[in-house]
Amino acid sequence: MNGHDAGRRQFLAWGAGAVATLTLAPGVLLLQSAHGRAPVEAASGAVRWGLLIDTDKCAKGCDACVTACNRENGLSGGTRETDAQWIRKVELKDLRTGREASLPMMCQHCEQPPCVDVCPTGASFKRADGIVLVDKHVCIGCRYCMMACPYKARSLVHENLADQRPDVPRGKGTVESCTFCVHRVDRGETPACVRACADAGHGAMVFGDLNDPASDIAQRIARYPSTQARADLGLNPGVRYQGI
Amino acid sequence: MDRVNSDGRAVRSRTARAALVLFACVAAGAGWSQEQGAPAGRVPKPAITPAQGDTCVEPVEFMRRNHMEVLLHQRDRTMRAGVRTKQHSLKGCVECHASAETGSVAAAPGDFCRSCHGYAAVKIDCFECHAAKPAVAQGAKP
Repeated sequence: MNGHDAGRRQFLAWGAGAVATLTLAPGVLLLQSAHGRAPVEAASGAVRWGLLIDTDKCAKGCDACVTACNRENGLSGGTRETDAQWIRKVELKDLRTGREASLPMMCQHCEQPPCVDVCPTGASFKRADGIVLVDKHVCIGCRYCMMACPYKARSLVHENLADQRPDVPRGKGTVESCTFCVHRVDRGETPACVRACADAGHGAMVFGDLNDPASDIAQRIARYPSTQARADLGLNPGVRYQGI
Repeated sequence: MDRVNSDGRAVRSRTARAALVLFACVAAGAGWSQEQGAPAGRVPKPAITPAQGDTCVEPVEFMRRNHMEVLLHQRDRTMRAGVRTKQHSLKGCVECHASAETGSVAAAPGDFCRSCHGYAAVKIDCFECHAAKPAVAQGAKP
């Protein structure tokens, strides 16, 4: 009985939240898609999660996003070939002009993901809201997706793990990559890297719904020039870069 | 040995082997039930660690038979569709059923999941990837 009562109370709480969202100013509505999804509600195809990275604000030598990712997802932080890395800092230099740029590189959450195309078991998949994930229950660790990914975004877990984070199950013999911190996004939060970048005072990363014209990210990409990594491949990544 | 001579002998040999296995199981079971201090009876019972809270998310009898179906269903809905209800989530199970001694559902033979799975000799794979302990405050802030 208590279980039912608790469920009912929680349902009422969501209802109260939804009503509050509706009755507040129209400006609050743009938060609704990001923060209003109840746990019972499935991810919506009307949303396309995206990330905009301003390389001019990204500080050289800063790895706040990388350490935050490692901590949030329970990664070791090692950088050997056999260590899982979901996000890497990349330094670029134009040899003719000497201009340097720094940026984080991770799964680009493509609209047409090659990793999904090549997966023989259907483990690699794209969620309705555009987040590309690995269903590790089905993954056989063949690593075709790692070879297909033009961004080198995926890693295989080579060794037995212990003390995984409750929200981030990880195991030996399966492939994994950046999930946009899907467990945080489903709670209405931003990915750990975005949060860490803001906390470090750089604010170089903006996360949001590309399909919502009122969202910060959609307005920024409409106003300022941005590029996709390897745009020539026509994969339409959800991650975009400014200033490169 | 089964393959030599007549069919009759092969069957006899197989029956003998089955009887031996059965005897070994019963003997092991009896010894185990004495260790656990289970009430004397013909069938040994697993000692199940009590959970926190008053009631499970479903009736106990239903969960004993069907928890694997419930978890499988919830797993696909969470993984593929992003439905994160607490009702049937593995994380929810772990939060209530972690034992006081180890703080885990599967660290020691007496922990909740392992007590029954050990008794029924069913291998449990969940916790090779999933956390067997409830969340502790760490990681990035919301």
